[in-house]
Amino acid sequence: MNATEKDVPQLEESFIEEAERIISQYPVSKRSASLPLLHLWQKHFGFVSPQGVQWIAEKLDLEPIAVEEIATFYPMIRQRPLGHYQFKVCRTLSCALAGSYEIFEYIKKSCKTVNEVGHHVYVSEDGKFSVEFVECLAACGNAPVMMLNEEEWMDVTQTKIDAILNHLMREKKKEEF
Amino acid sequence: MPKAEYRLILKHADEPGYTVDIDCYLRHGGYQVLKKALAMAPDQIIQEVKISGLRGRGGAGFPTGVKWGFINHEKNTKPVYLLCNADESEPGTFKDRQIIYKDPHQLIEGMVISAYANRAHLAYIYIRGEFAKGAEILEKALAEARERNFLGKNILGSGYDLEIYVFRGAGAYICGEETGLIESLEGKRAYPRIKPPYFPAVLGLYMCPTIVNNVETLCHVKHIVEMGGAEYARIGTPNNTGTRIWCVSGDVNKPGYYEYPCGAITFGELLYEVCGGIRNGNKLKAVIPGGSSAKVLRADKKYKIPRKKEDGSTEMIEMGLEDIPLDFDTVAATGSMSGSGGIIVMDHTRDMVECLRNIAEFYAHESCGQCTPCREGSLWMKKMLDRICSGGGRPEDSKLLLEVANHIAGRTICAFGEACAWPVQSFVEMFGEEFEAKQRRESSLEILEPVTTRTA
Repeated sequence: MNATEKDVPQLEESFIEEAERIISQYPVSKRSASLPLLHLWQKHFGFVSPQGVQWIAEKLDLEPIAVEEIATFYPMIRQRPLGHYQFKVCRTLSCALAGSYEIFEYIKKSCKTVNEVGHHVYVSEDGKFSVEFVECLAACGNAPVMMLNEEEWMDVTQTKIDAILNHLMREKKKEEF
Repeated sequence: MPKAEYRLILKHADEPGYTVDIDCYLRHGGYQVLKKALAMAPDQIIQEVKISGLRGRGGAGFPTGVKWGFINHEKNTKPVYLLCNADESEPGTFKDRQIIYKDPHQLIEGMVISAYANRAHLAYIYIRGEFAKGAEILEKALAEARERNFLGKNILGSGYDLEIYVFRGAGAYICGEETGLIESLEGKRAYPRIKPPYFPAVLGLYMCPTIVNNVETLCHVKHIVEMGGAEYARIGTPNNTGTRIWCVSGDVNKPGYYEYPCGAITFGELLYEVCGGIRNGNKLKAVIPGGSSAKVLRADKKYKIPRKKEDGSTEMIEMGLEDIPLDFDTVAATGSMSGSGGIIVMDHTRDMVECLRNIAEFYAHESCGQCTPCREGSLWMKKMLDRICSGGGRPEDSKLLLEVANHIAGRTICAFGEACAWPVQSFVEMFGEEFEAKQRRESSLEILEPVTTRTA
């Protein structure tokens, strides 16, 4: 960990207030707020950088390694940026029986996610899309299931993927992301 | 006509016009049972839960009243905590999600009553990280409950204080194990604690007495207080009381969630009548009855089930899978378990080696890594299955798979060891011929559909 205090980005007041509100929910031990603060940082910055780990550790009076060790344990916490639009396709049995592997391949092809940056994790050349396999999303009755960022999609078909991507491409023009 | 459901927990879940807001809940009689509960003594509520025979709906099926009774309130001087386990991560299971997304106040009311009975003043809902919308729904519902004084200081003028917060996990299956959940909530890696001494009721959150209950279980508490333990115990069968939500997925025409009294419906009735039969007119091949960690049951096998005779003695009768009633004890008698109620159905076209490979990948990915047999064994089994599925199987592989599985089960801190070993043991035992054929690289099973399109 090389980060120093001056490496920590300028944080908005609302971010700090939200962090304080979260910490107040754990009156017995501030350490309990580690995972919620990692979620908060990731929501704000897209992933948890060493600076994020440092900031959270200082906020909770912990050694940075105590935060680092949980950041690296939980699959949803990222240490690097993924796509602006992140597809997470359920890989587990009920979804696999309903064709989630085909859905995964279809998204990979449609989004031109060619760079494998981890096991079952692919990112497009322009960094705008990523697709990955995740374990059970607990909606097996509507398999195949996926998430697009934090939104859940059920009974996913290739037609549905086309519609989502068309929508995102229109959004892309509007925002010029 | 399929048997009509008996919806207790999901009574309003899919009702047209029923929403998650508190006004809707109050219009449907919400929080009336809390008023009744607060007029009772905490021990009286625990007694009613014991009388009801309620068994935990998270997977293990342990009697809830007995679990609550482990805290000695006369001698205890530490704070007590109530934790709601909403980390629904067992493949095939999606019932808690329905409750949270469709009727969050039912859960909150059940939690407040349960916390009051257990003298807890601080409670957390540990919700799985992927349920982002569910966490939002719960936060909003908790705020509404606080505003109406169903939560917070001096609830409804009773002098009882309680605060409930939502804690979001981050994608680790092991957080569903109660001591793993506690470690995670304490801001650590979710490494399960060894029992004894870390029984949560004695040494739980912050080393204080802690009750950990599943979402569905806590909702049942509300209904037990409403109707009384004895009346509740009339639903279902002795030792298997109340209703259960069965989640059905896989090769059926109408997958979904269905609520019935325990033992009131058989596998056959559920799959053929309620779920509209097997997909594409195919034949039933196998069922995983209680989430992916439960042992697989073969459709064409006969199971020996104990049945009580009128004179009180027990006889063993043979039953086909389709005739087996769905309750804790009967499903356990098949050698498997009803676990979390997640039923995964596979038809005759499915390649069972591929199905097991998929399950093994899940457990290899989700092992927390704390115990060597589980960490190394789960990955070893997954790699072996990868190799068999890729055509590199060896005749001795089935035996080796069983050996590895047998060396994991019973040798780990938590039940994850069994969870990853049981599927391997049962799939190899039940479908040995498919493993052997694949290991011999025969093409006689080419008609079987692959579960997956291989990505590599």
